[in-house]
Amino acid sequence: MSRAVRFAPLAVFLVIVIALIWRLATPTSTFVPSRLEGKPLPAFDLGPGVDTKPALSTRDFADGQPHILNIFASWCVPCVSEVKVLQELKARGAAIEGIAIRDTPEDVAAFLARNGDPYDRIGSDPQSALQIALGSSGVPESFIIDGRGVIRYQHIGPIERSDIGMIEHKLEQAR
Amino acid sequence: MKRLLLLIALMIAHPLFADSNLPPAYWSDRQLPDPKQEAQARGLMEQIRCLVCQGQSIADSDAEIAGDMRDLVRRRIAAGEAPSSIRAWLIQRYGTWITFKPTAEPAAWPLWALPLVLLLVAGYLVRRRIKR
Repeated sequence: MSRAVRFAPLAVFLVIVIALIWRLATPTSTFVPSRLEGKPLPAFDLGPGVDTKPALSTRDFADGQPHILNIFASWCVPCVSEVKVLQELKARGAAIEGIAIRDTPEDVAAFLARNGDPYDRIGSDPQSALQIALGSSGVPESFIIDGRGVIRYQHIGPIERSDIGMIEHKLEQAR
Repeated sequence: MKRLLLLIALMIAHPLFADSNLPPAYWSDRQLPDPKQEAQARGLMEQIRCLVCQGQSIADSDAEIAGDMRDLVRRRIAAGEAPSSIRAWLIQRYGTWITFKPTAEPAAWPLWALPLVLLLVAGYLVRRRIKR
């Protein structure tokens, strides 16, 4: 048996060990991205998420303007700080629509009164049906929808202050 | 005393999970009246991966979104939709990640071919031994 063949098992073993160390050191992301990026928004027609605002349907995205579709909930802790950032985006001219997941109008109203209200419209999704149809896996999440109703970008987790530039760039691209 | 109070407070505290105040969806923990349909739904739910507890199927998971997905599966099965079409609908949204059932995607071909390759190598080694 030649020298090279004799050492082959050791080489294979080392490759496996290196692969394991690499994977343990850099775990794969647990985010599950939506496959609907680049596809049209699924058709929906939600009831109002809060009594003081209009409800939300697919038609509201056909106005030729890019929109931020924000998935939030009154029971979602990271959403509290995200609302402030969304307000800043709105002050800079972004159109922001909300979908309240598994929520009641009273809780949403209290959440908006306490934390701020960046939303033009809010739809109610009491059984996460639209959330699942969008390929979204949690709260908060945001989608950027272009003027023709096509999903351009999905942001998993809260939009942070440091993301504002990036989000505005995506909105500009979706124009 | 302070310590005891803290201990008691910890015992009665409800863990602050990110859970809503709404009750579970109607069909999330309720069997369909038709046993055949329920069996179909059950079969599919055991193959759909939970988005939150990512090692569990939606049939096993207590996460709210898993309950909402069970509700969705049972509703659609009750409406006469085939499990394969519901699975395809979910894969369209979440990718093949969402199903535990192995796929026939090109990315998985080496995995399917591996046992065959190993068998061939083993056969070759055995033949060499016998010849010798």
